[in-house]
Amino acid sequence: MNIEVNNLDYTYPGAVQALRGVSITIQAGEQVAIVGQNGSGKTTLVKHLNGLLQPTSGTVMIGELDTRKVSVAKLARHVGYVFQNPDEQLFCRTVGEEIAFGPRNFGFDTQKIENLVNDALQLVELTDKKDTNPYDLSSTWRKMIALASILSMDTDCVILDEPTTGQDAANVARIAHVVSELKKRGKTVITITHDIDFGAENFDRVIALAKGQVLVDGPAGSVLGETEILAQTYVDPPQLTRLGKRLGIKKTVRNQEEFLSAVEKLNM
Amino acid sequence: MAIVNLKQVTYTYPLTDTPALSKVDLQIKEGEFLAIIGPNGSGKSTLCYTLAGFIPHFFKGELEGSVEVAEVETKSSTLNEWVMNVGLVFQNPFNQISGAKYSVFEEIAFGLENLGVPREEINPRVEQALIMTGIDDLAERSPYSLSGGQQQRVALTSILVMQPKVLVLDEPTSQLDPIGTREVFGVIRSLAERGITVVMVEHKVEWVAQFADRVVALYEGQVLMDGKPREVLTSDQLVGKGFGISRYTSTAREAARRGLWPKKSELPVTLDEAITGFKK
Repeated sequence: MNIEVNNLDYTYPGAVQALRGVSITIQAGEQVAIVGQNGSGKTTLVKHLNGLLQPTSGTVMIGELDTRKVSVAKLARHVGYVFQNPDEQLFCRTVGEEIAFGPRNFGFDTQKIENLVNDALQLVELTDKKDTNPYDLSSTWRKMIALASILSMDTDCVILDEPTTGQDAANVARIAHVVSELKKRGKTVITITHDIDFGAENFDRVIALAKGQVLVDGPAGSVLGETEILAQTYVDPPQLTRLGKRLGIKKTVRNQEEFLSAVEKLNM
Repeated sequence: MAIVNLKQVTYTYPLTDTPALSKVDLQIKEGEFLAIIGPNGSGKSTLCYTLAGFIPHFFKGELEGSVEVAEVETKSSTLNEWVMNVGLVFQNPFNQISGAKYSVFEEIAFGLENLGVPREEINPRVEQALIMTGIDDLAERSPYSLSGGQQQRVALTSILVMQPKVLVLDEPTSQLDPIGTREVFGVIRSLAERGITVVMVEHKVEWVAQFADRVVALYEGQVLMDGKPREVLTSDQLVGKGFGISRYTSTAREAARRGLWPKKSELPVTLDEAITGFKK
């Protein structure tokens, strides 16, 4: 299932134009990080992918589905959206019920629901908390529940809105693990993130937005090296990318492994 | 002289069995900038609530040991008296801004009004606080028309105007974008330079390394380490426990293992330190 955004404009009621002529194609199975300063249009863009917003002009196609012509409920089978604030999406009495809610609404049979719930719980390491009330867990764990409640819907595309905000290093590693597992399963993962190091380490493609337009779009390894272009939307390159540049490494390094092998070559 | 003095503090929330803080000893000197780091659930926010008097005055549960600020114990004080001692800035400015006021100026005056401070005294104090945090140009704006970084500076100013002896900040930038983060850290640094005692919980260790005089690492409710920022932030003791570790530190540690980091050089926390080390 490919995602095609074609010449998308969006103006909020009250006349703020948030998107201007955005065209993007995302192939099935891609891992994409969308970056850019607050107000650049990141959230407005991804809210078009599950029909929460309708284009003012232009089109958004999710596979064969035109988001203007199908319901949000129908799109929900294809695109799952994990909100930044988990408390905006949690309401059930136990973690297990919360995570079963999505697949149950899809009308799956009991066995399938159970398998999906158990798989989602395992992915976020919450198996032992199935019978716990979400509000008896810390806000950081509630974020993992919110993530699991979308994973259990087994959609082709998963959107993560600022997944690492307020998370400690252990949870960031868990989220990175989920992203890599979804990649193995051929799922499309799209994140909005200010955490550029997380984006660099876990996403192959980076799209930078500025003032409602695509500023730059390409493989993470080339986009993240564009220090001056990224500065236009107040994004700093990842820490190791910056360090690599300052040491005179030509290639744009994205993670520890790339950095260390480049340093090794410099020394030879 | 220590302005904050915690002795053998153990605290257990109501309806729970495991203490959130366990035998914590902590002395903070007047004018010191102390950063607290730790994974989720290590007791950081509980420590902030304990310093701010929310424990024991708002959260019940069981508090053992003693918590003193300026030689007064929380237990023998009231929350109303305590807000003059310790001011707490929350993670999310939304939780702090009253919602009852139309302008930033009124919002910042709100705490003083509640304490019955005379009007002639309120106005100059608000003006002075606005200047200290660099938001005097926002005085007439609605608190809800502001960016996250601006809102957090309003929340910080509304605490600062109370002139607390100790300023406590619980991950003040975790909800902010990089621009807002820079704005807020800039203000906190200038407050610290004025000699205000600051206690800040923070995951962003590169900032901690640049600002703090001292770092305390909390783990499972106990003080795991307490020392100079570099010594704590680069310690092997933090590895594998969920602490935020600078990518410069973890990469140099791995480089050292492969013989790519100069022998006997201290591990870096910041970009500049990493550049210096790798250039060798």
